[in-house]
This record gives sequence, structure tokens and C-alpha cells, in this order.
Amino acid sequence: MKFANTTVPQEVQNENAQRLSKRHIWNKVFKGVCFAATAFSILMLLVLLIRILTQGIGFLDWGLVANFASRNAEDAGLLAALAGTIWLMMVAAPVSFILGVGTAVYLEEYAPSNKFTNLLQTNISNLAGVPSVVFGLLGLTIFNRLMGMGASVVAGGLTLSLLVLPIIVVASREAISAVPTDVKQASYAMGATKWQTIFRIVIPSALPGVLTGTILALSRAIGETAPILVLGALTYVAATPSGLLSSFTAMPVQIYNWTGRPQQEFQDIAAAGIIILLLMLLFMNSIAVFIRSKFQKRF
Amino acid sequence: MNFKKVWMVPTFATLAVFASACGGGGEESSGSGSEESSGSGSGSEESSGSEESSGEEGNGGSGDIAIDGSSTVFPIMEAVSEEFQQEHGNIEAPVGVSGSGGGFERFIAGETDLSNASRPIEQEEEDALEEAGIEYTELELAYDGLTVAVNPENDFVDNLTFEELSQIFADGSDAQNWSDIRDSWPDEPIDIYAPGTDSGTYDFFSEEVLEEGDVSREAQLSEDDNVLVNGVAGSQNAIGFFGYAYYAENQDSLKAVPIVPQEGGDEGIEPSQETINDQSYPLSRPLFTYVKNESLQENEDVVEYVRFLNDNAGDLAEEVGYVAAPEEVYEENTQKIDEVVNE
Repeated sequence: MKFANTTVPQEVQNENAQRLSKRHIWNKVFKGVCFAATAFSILMLLVLLIRILTQGIGFLDWGLVANFASRNAEDAGLLAALAGTIWLMMVAAPVSFILGVGTAVYLEEYAPSNKFTNLLQTNISNLAGVPSVVFGLLGLTIFNRLMGMGASVVAGGLTLSLLVLPIIVVASREAISAVPTDVKQASYAMGATKWQTIFRIVIPSALPGVLTGTILALSRAIGETAPILVLGALTYVAATPSGLLSSFTAMPVQIYNWTGRPQQEFQDIAAAGIIILLLMLLFMNSIAVFIRSKFQKRF
Repeated sequence: MNFKKVWMVPTFATLAVFASACGGGGEESSGSGSEESSGSGSGSEESSGSEESSGEEGNGGSGDIAIDGSSTVFPIMEAVSEEFQQEHGNIEAPVGVSGSGGGFERFIAGETDLSNASRPIEQEEEDALEEAGIEYTELELAYDGLTVAVNPENDFVDNLTFEELSQIFADGSDAQNWSDIRDSWPDEPIDIYAPGTDSGTYDFFSEEVLEEGDVSREAQLSEDDNVLVNGVAGSQNAIGFFGYAYYAENQDSLKAVPIVPQEGGDEGIEPSQETINDQSYPLSRPLFTYVKNESLQENEDVVEYVRFLNDNAGDLAEEVGYVAAPEEVYEENTQKIDEVVNE
């Protein structure tokens, strides 16, 4: 009140106006920087997409998904790699979902907050930053050699599920902790036990977030080359896997091999292969978007 | 109601996949029974008794013939397996790419029947194989010519001696500019491109030209030979080396440098099908596969495959960009195979 009545001296007013315009400029600069950052990444993505599309689209035909690999680029196809990747996902999806969500529920709902839990949480976050080759080595020593699975579909799937586990745990924990406390307390108030509350209230409400996280994590797994190469995945296979212990090759492995060939034709079908891989990714991501929009906003 | 519906989607999905996983699990446990022994067998590598079982079981149902090794040899093996399976549809011969060294590691562990290499086996690897009780037969499959290439606009380099190559590529060499190599050459910095240190191509060059030394730290190294090709094609002062196939496919944008043989003479020899085949090109190198003798003696399919390989490797190698070995080499291979099989 006191200040409102006092007239502000002219020079102070000028100074204020100056400061204000300085802030406005900074505001604009920062906005510009952020926009430039966004534009840059989108532009890069566009360049990449356009390059791949223009190079590969002409080589996209039925033979590419129906044939096995070949020394002749015209006859070469991705059948074994496509089947291998689908088998890998069939192993990796349930394993990483069950382990990931289980860990997240334990950490969010059951774990006491002590040093051990803290250690656990830090390690899970750290695990997300471990290079994927290291997981390949882990898979090679444990699943392939020690457990005698060989370079099989099940060993590859388990390696990939370990690779994406931390991502699923982090995403699921966020989804679970976003479930409002009121709802949980309402459940307890109705006489529900902890198990009932978790199973009927917490998990269903967190599910959209959990599933989105899982699918995005699996989309990462689908493009991984290094860990399955280290594990001992093959490059030329003229058969689709017949069981969990079959040897396999996968999409990124086949594409990587083609890009390294001297002949231009192989690089062209590699581009076409990348388009197929991108389509698979896009399909998986759209499922994630669908689930999120369909089941969100419950409260 | 709504909760239940949401809940059902993943539950069923998970159940379905899990059920199929469990179904396969039975298969898995029945398989791993016999594999357990081989797993421990390769752990204690000297026990030759369990080695026998690991030969057959070690690759965990990964087809009938286990082949792994060099990425340079891979296109030949891919072609051979492709043709082989058209004739013998029931025998699977998948091929892996672990690199020459990585392939030998698996070979030593008893996991593979054939191990491809773009360089001869090393002493260390021989010792490890002996310790593991694995006998093998070396087969030459084809030749590759390590090609030294410059930019097509480079009109001054018309040949290079081994000494000059070493001056250009060796780590710690004083030569920075082309003029440091020969006085008449321009005073421009040399741009060096070379394959990554893991590749057999690098090993071969290091051994033949640099006397086991390293390639200059200033060189651009890449595991992808196409990157090297693009690098040399894009820079006027560049020089690089890679397999002959990469030069053959890009003759318009590269110029191969004739190499003067170490024994002397001042005529440089250019890499070509003929000079690589008769080994007059100084950087011509053989590509190998190593076959486990035990597999040759006990697995009919491996014998069939190796004979097929020896009969067709030359032609198929040419198709994928390499050079066939002289006829005598394949005849010698046949003798070696016969000896082992009839032992």
C-alpha cells in the first residue's frame, strides 16, 4: 500500500523498463535456442528418412520378405532374419514384462525405504546406461556357454530382455507412483488387502504407462545388433527357427552385413531392409500410442 | 468393468506367449541334458573324452554344420552354403561372422566344425587347439588382393615400394606430406584411411608391410570398408587399403596403386584377377577355412559339405568379388581331405 502511493522516480522507471526489455530479449533468445534444437533433430531425422526411403523404396518387394539371404542381391531376402526377430521378441516380451513389472511393483509398493533399496534403485538406473555390447558378453558367458543354450533364440531373447529390463522398470515405477494415493486409500478403506489393492487398483491404473514403456523398450531391443552378434548369432541361415533352441539371425544383423558389402546392390537392399525394420518399429510404437490414448485419464 | 477389460489384454497375451515358451521349455530341458556335459567339457578344455560329445552337441541344435569366422570369407561361405542347400535340402549349413580371431575362439571351444580366417592361424591359437585336443586341416579357398588405392585425381603416384608404403602408413614415421616420400611429389599432407585393428586385413598389412607395427595414429580407421572407399574417393590427397572386391566395385572413383615386389625390380604390379591368382601381386593373400578333423571323420554331412566347398569355392569366390586359387591348390585340398577321412 505504501509503495503504491509513492511515485517512482523517472530514472528508476527507465531502469526498470530497460531491465524488462533485457529479460524479454533473453526470453526470445532462449525460445530461439530451444526451437533450433528441436528443428535440428527433426531435420536430421528427416534427412535420414528421406535418404533411406529414396534409396530403398525401389527395392522393396515381396521377395525381400519371402526369400532367404543370398549372394545375389536380387534373390536375397530377409525371411530368416524377420522370423528370427519375431522369435526373439516372443521370448523377450513376456520375460522382460514379468520381471520388469514385478521389480517395479516390489520397489514402489513393498520395499522398505532403507539403504539396500536405495542401492537397488541406483543400480537399476546405472544398468540402463551400460553399453549393449556388455549385455552381449553377459549373454555369451551365462546363457550361451554356462547354461549350455548355445547361440539360440532363447539365449538371444533373454539377453535382449536383460538389456531393456532397466528401461521397463523405470517406466513402470513412474506409472505406478502416478496412481493417486486417494484411490489406494479408498481401496484400503473398503477393506481390501494390500494384494487386492495392488492387483485390482494399482496395476490396472498404471497399465497404460507400463505397457507404453514396455513396447518402447522392446522397440529398442528390436534394433540392437551388437549384443546378439557378440552372443554368437549367425549371419547366413537358410531356415526359420523351429524352436527355442534353434540358431537364428536377426534383422539388424542381416542389414549390418549387407551395408558392409562392396556391391552397391547390397546397400540398396539394406536400405529396403531398414524400411521394413522402421515399419515394424512404427507399428509397435503406434500400438503404444493407441494403448495410451485408449486407457488413459481414468481419474 | 473397465478395469477388468484392460487387465485382460496383457494377461492373455502374456499367458499365451508364456505357455508357448513353457511348451518349448520342455524341449529345452531335454536338450540341455546332453549339453550340460559338453558345457563342462569346454570349460576343462584338456579332457578329450568330453570333447567328442561337444563336437556334435556344442552348437545346441544350430543346424548340422557349424561354421563361423572371418567377415572377409563370409561372402564365399554364404554362396557355398546357399548352393549346397539347394542340393542337400535336409542339411543346414548356417554361417556366422565372429571375425577371424573370434571364429578361432569358438573353434578352440569346440563349438564349430569349420572356422574361416582371412589370415593363417597364429601360434597361440595352434597351441590352444593342441591343448584342447582338437586336430584340424587347413584349406585354402581363394585369394584376395589387398589393394592400396588413391584418389583418381592423384596423377603423381604411379607405383609404391614396400618401404614407401611403410613410410606412409607406419606409426611414428616422419613422413607427413607426399613430398616426404619422393621429392618430385607435391607438398600436400597425406590423408590415410585404413581398416579397423580387429580386421584380418589390418593384421595382414601390419605383418607384410609394417613388420608387425601399427598403422599411424593419424589414420582414419573404420571397420566398414565402404567408409574407407568413400574417404579415399572424396579426398584428393588420400590413400587407403582394403580388399580387392571393394576396389573392383568402385573402379571409377578409385585408382589402384601398383606395388613394387619386395624382391626388387622397379616395375609396380597392379592388382587384377590374373596377378592375384598367380600371386605375382605382392599383397595377394590366401583366404582359409580350418576344418576339425574329428568332424570330417564322424560326420558324413561335414565331409559332404567340405568336398562341395572345395569343388565350388573357386567359382563362387569369383562371383562374390574374390579371385580363385590356382587349380593345384584345390587338388592339394582334395588330397588333404581324403587323408583325414580315410584315417
